[in-house]
Amino acid sequence: MARTIVITSGKGGVGKTTTSAAIAMGLAQRGNRTAVIDFDVGLRNLDLVMGCERRVVYDFVNVITGEATLNQALIRDKRCDDLYILPASQTRDKEALTQEGVGKVLDEMGKTFDYIVCDSPAGIEHGATMAMYFADDAIVVTNPEVSSVRDSDRMLGILASKSRRAENAEDPIREYLLLTRYSPERVERGEMLGVDDVQEILSLDLLGVIPESPDVLDASNKGAPIILNEQSDAGQAYTDVISRYLGDDVPHRFLDARKKGLFGRLFGG
Amino acid sequence: MGLLDLFRKNQKSSASVAKERLQILVAHERSARDNTPSYLPRLKEDLLKVIRRYVDIEPDQVQVTLDSDGNQEFLELNIALPEDR
Ligand SMILES: Nc1ncnc2c1ncn2[C@@H]1O[C@H](COP(=O)(O)OP(=O)(O)OP(=O)(O)O)[C@@H](O)[C@H]1O
Ligand SMILES: [Mg+2]
Repeated sequence: MARTIVITSGKGGVGKTTTSAAIAMGLAQRGNRTAVIDFDVGLRNLDLVMGCERRVVYDFVNVITGEATLNQALIRDKRCDDLYILPASQTRDKEALTQEGVGKVLDEMGKTFDYIVCDSPAGIEHGATMAMYFADDAIVVTNPEVSSVRDSDRMLGILASKSRRAENAEDPIREYLLLTRYSPERVERGEMLGVDDVQEILSLDLLGVIPESPDVLDASNKGAPIILNEQSDAGQAYTDVISRYLGDDVPHRFLDARKKGLFGRLFGG
Repeated sequence: MGLLDLFRKNQKSSASVAKERLQILVAHERSARDNTPSYLPRLKEDLLKVIRRYVDIEPDQVQVTLDSDGNQEFLELNIALPEDR
């Protein structure tokens, strides 16, 4: 039985797709058979971040409607044999992802995969609720910024009421906080909410803090998930996230501002 | 803390303002979420009785939920009618 993980946020552009790609690659690199599904119907983008956009033939909706088999639609990653990508459909019909259809595809995938990572679209509409409905775990991607924190809390309410686990009165979805685009320097200057502040407001298990990093744009330019960049702060932070998710007790890194020279300290700012 | 920061020292940092605002807002929105009124199950029962005077439906075909959208609250009533009436 696979474990299904939804990457969700409510607010758009906070780093869900970046995180989905990194986490799926990280789990697969450690030998777990992993699939990552793009639920953003009409706005397919995970393929680009994963670097497989030219190999897309069939998509998630094709599998639901029976126009393609799962094996035809899944794209095997060229860097990691245990990783597969299921791209989103570019149809404009948002309702194409029926609950029954999504459930059937996830059930079939559950037989052969260890982890299924679901990249949710922004918002609280159909695509986002479908991405979370079947989840066992939820990673709530949050930026240290007021509207993102508020939207994350809104998603917690929806996770607790509109999921298969909630409707069948099973154990609730396990929820984790992932704080991304974090700037320790700005936190130190009092310009940005700190990790403790966000955790205190949302009271969630902290899975990790990903620093703001120019390497993330570089990674998406190249179509290579950031976790593959072992030199990068952000890549290393995602590697720690995988360890923590798998149960290792790894200390959080990159939470403090880099030490500045005397000049920088004198003039602050 | 740099020299320039000394001039701003008396002001509260914007991050702490953000934190206070969020704490109040999230507490408020959570309580709205959790405080589903206790009359909801009885309301559902009564509605079911009334509807059953006209159509024969099962209890699980009536859903009553309360949703809030910031400052407005919605009572959502969802009734699935049987196909052959
Ligand atoms: N840690 C980071 N440091 C710097 N930039 C980042 C970081 N994480 C994400 N970004 C950038 O933020 C932008 C949005 O990221 P991404 O597409 O992953 O967000 P999303 O939540 O999937 O967006 P959408 O809601 O539109 O699906 C991208 O340009 C990405 O490169
Ligand atoms: Mg995205």
